[in-house]
This record gives sequence, C-alpha cells and structure tokens, in this order.
Amino acid sequence: MNESPALEATALGKRYGSNWALRDCTLTIPAGSVTALVGPNGAGKTTLLQLAVGLIEPASGAISVLGHDPRAEPLAVLPRVGFVAQDHPLPRRFTIGETLRLGRELNPSWDDAVAERRIDELGLSRRQRVGTLSGGQQAQVALTLALAKRPELLLLDEPVASLDPLARREFLTGVLRAVTETGITVVLSSHIVADLERICDRLIILANGRTQLVGSIEELLAGHRLLTGPRTDAAAVARVHTVIRESHTERQTTLLVRANGHVYDACWELHEVDLEEIVLAYLGMTSAAARVEAPAAVAR
Amino acid sequence: MIEFHLETRSGVPTYLQLVQQVRQAVRLGILHPGDQLPTVKEVVEKLTINPNTVLRAYRELDLEGLAEGRRGVGTFIASAQPPVPPNDVKTLRSSLQRWIDRARTAGLDDENMAALFADTLRPPTISRVA
Repeated sequence: MNESPALEATALGKRYGSNWALRDCTLTIPAGSVTALVGPNGAGKTTLLQLAVGLIEPASGAISVLGHDPRAEPLAVLPRVGFVAQDHPLPRRFTIGETLRLGRELNPSWDDAVAERRIDELGLSRRQRVGTLSGGQQAQVALTLALAKRPELLLLDEPVASLDPLARREFLTGVLRAVTETGITVVLSSHIVADLERICDRLIILANGRTQLVGSIEELLAGHRLLTGPRTDAAAVARVHTVIRESHTERQTTLLVRANGHVYDACWELHEVDLEEIVLAYLGMTSAAARVEAPAAVAR
Repeated sequence: MIEFHLETRSGVPTYLQLVQQVRQAVRLGILHPGDQLPTVKEVVEKLTINPNTVLRAYRELDLEGLAEGRRGVGTFIASAQPPVPPNDVKTLRSSLQRWIDRARTAGLDDENMAALFADTLRPPTISRVA
C-alpha cells in the first residue's frame, strides 16, 4: 500500500435532530484498498459517504479525504473523488452522448478516452436515451461518469442493490478492472454480503450509527471460529477469546468467537466461518444489545 | 494455462484458494516449470475478484519458490521445484507417529488430532475491533 490513507475519520458524528445517524466513528481506509461498508438500512452508511464528499457537515469529529477536509477545501477533494449515489440518478431524457458531454463540461479532469472505451465495451449507442436503458446499463453509465474523472477515490453507495445477479457481476467487474488498471481506492456500501468476500479486501460493519468492526477480510476470516460442544457456560472461553454470539440447546452450546491465538480445545469442535456468518453475528450482537436497552429507555 | 475457480462459502480465504489450486496443478503435472499463470487482469475479469487478492496469491507462490514474477511480463512456474528428500519424509513420519501415539494415549481421537493439527498450522491472528 502506498503513502497516506485515502480516508480518515476521527470521532466523526452526524446528528439529525436527536437522532445520531453516525456516532463516534473512527476509521482509516488505506490507499489502494477496496473497502466494503456493510450494515442494515439506516446504519449510517450513506451518511458516512455523504460526509466524505462534503454533502453534509459533521456534527462532531473530523473527516479527511485524500488528506483534506472536504467541506473546508472542496477543490482539493472533489475533483479527485468519484461518487455514484444510491440508485445512480442520471438525467433520464439525455442521450448517452449528451450525458458524456455533461460529464466533460462539469469535470476539468475528464478523460474522453476512458468514457468512450467504456461505452463501447458496454455495447451502448451514444444516441440511446438514459431512460430507455436497463437498470444495469444505467448503473454502468453512472460508473462511466465517475471513472472518466480519473478519480483517486471511488465512492459507491449501494451500487448493486437493485441489480440482477448478472448485471451486479458485470458492474463489479467494471469497478475491479479500474482498480487493476489505475490502483484506485474504492469504498462501496452494501447490505448484500454475498460477493463482498471476493470483491473487497477490507470490511467496515456499521450498525445503529456506530462502527462494530473494522479490519482486513483475510484477518477477519482467519480470526473467527465457530465452536460447538456439550452444553456449558461460555465464561471459560470468554476469558481467552471474545465471544461474539452464543446459543444453547438443552445439550449443546454453539459459540462464534474472535480468537486470540490458538483456539483448539478437546471439548470443542472447531468450524470455519464465512464472511456472511461473521457479519450477521456482529449485526445480531447489536440488535440484541438494542433490545436490552430499549425497555430501559421507555421506563425513563 | 489453468483456470481458477472459487468456492465462496468454504471459509478459506480467496488468495489461499488460488495458491492451493496452483500447488495442486503443479503436483498433478497440469502446470510445468516455465508455464505462465493467468495475468492479474485475466483473473480479475474471470472471477470478479479484487486484484490485490491475486497479487497476494502470486506473492505467496513467489515466497514459496513455486512461481516467479517477471516484471512487466507475468508470473511463471519456477524452473526447479525443491523435492522433499525421501529420507526427510521417513523421519518426519516416524516422529509424527510417535506424536499420534501420545495423543491417542491422552484420549484424543482422529478428529481431535486433525483439528489440533489444523489449528496449530494456522498462525494465530488477532483481529482489530473499532
């Protein structure tokens, strides 16, 4: 990895009325990485991305993008960042040719060759109107606009949520091709965990406006295990490892743990866990915590 | 040339799946010294995976001496594969057998031993939490 981080948040928060959309968020996104921002709807993913491009102002803390504050120095940030908003809004009545012209006029760093090549590869005609394109094609045009800026950082807000599996795969291949060719840093938010393991090298789990987990996917996979064994109290395991989720039947106990060192123990059977299971365990942890907190809040 | 495939729900990291498939292909004689591995770009487009993952796998193969990267050209299967001398296998097996006997006396069954072996083989990691 090279030089300074692409994005850095320090105790970052955003509040709408009394509701914290994002709270006490501290994280670093290394340059050259592909990072997934995962969490249920309303977790704060869009808020974080909007803070990154200065669309909204932090209520607390700070965010630095490519070494600059996006609100204080937008000209040092915005030309270097490609942003594809949720549902990739484009003027529907424009033709593709007109859409590309709009991109060219609005962006000083616009690279026609990049845009033209992508449109050709997608097999689209410049005369087609955006409104007549399929969802997958519209997403690809939106990505073309973002990539033709030749950005150093690409932010994608739920880019594939509304696409069918084939269109999703094609869109993500387009993103990864750009990563291969230019070493661009990518942050993409998603509530779909499938695909992320192969696309991304880092993961941020957000829930209830807070970061639950930040790390390299490889480390997360290597660091988590599922233990099954005869019914017992989790306390002994919890002294050494971090128990993320525990469940019990009359006879059996199942624990998902974040391992601190080797986990082998003759009492337990060990299983690998995939990324989806890890993500669900962390999200389940927060909703369980929320359920416990909720009645107390009502009582007050 | 070989074609990589991925098992997405195996829990085995993607880079390691690529490494294992190259090792396997060499072992089976599908890949010979001097053969070129698919370029990073080809693997990315075929599997829709992160190029850093492919680079990581090829770096690992390079470290193992199984493949070598040639700048600007590609990654190739290394010319000489260091074979394990048969003598070593023999002594390793007999010390492993002694270990198995001890483990069995201690009450471990085959699955316990396999799990302990796999767990010891894997370097301990500590993941960071925000």
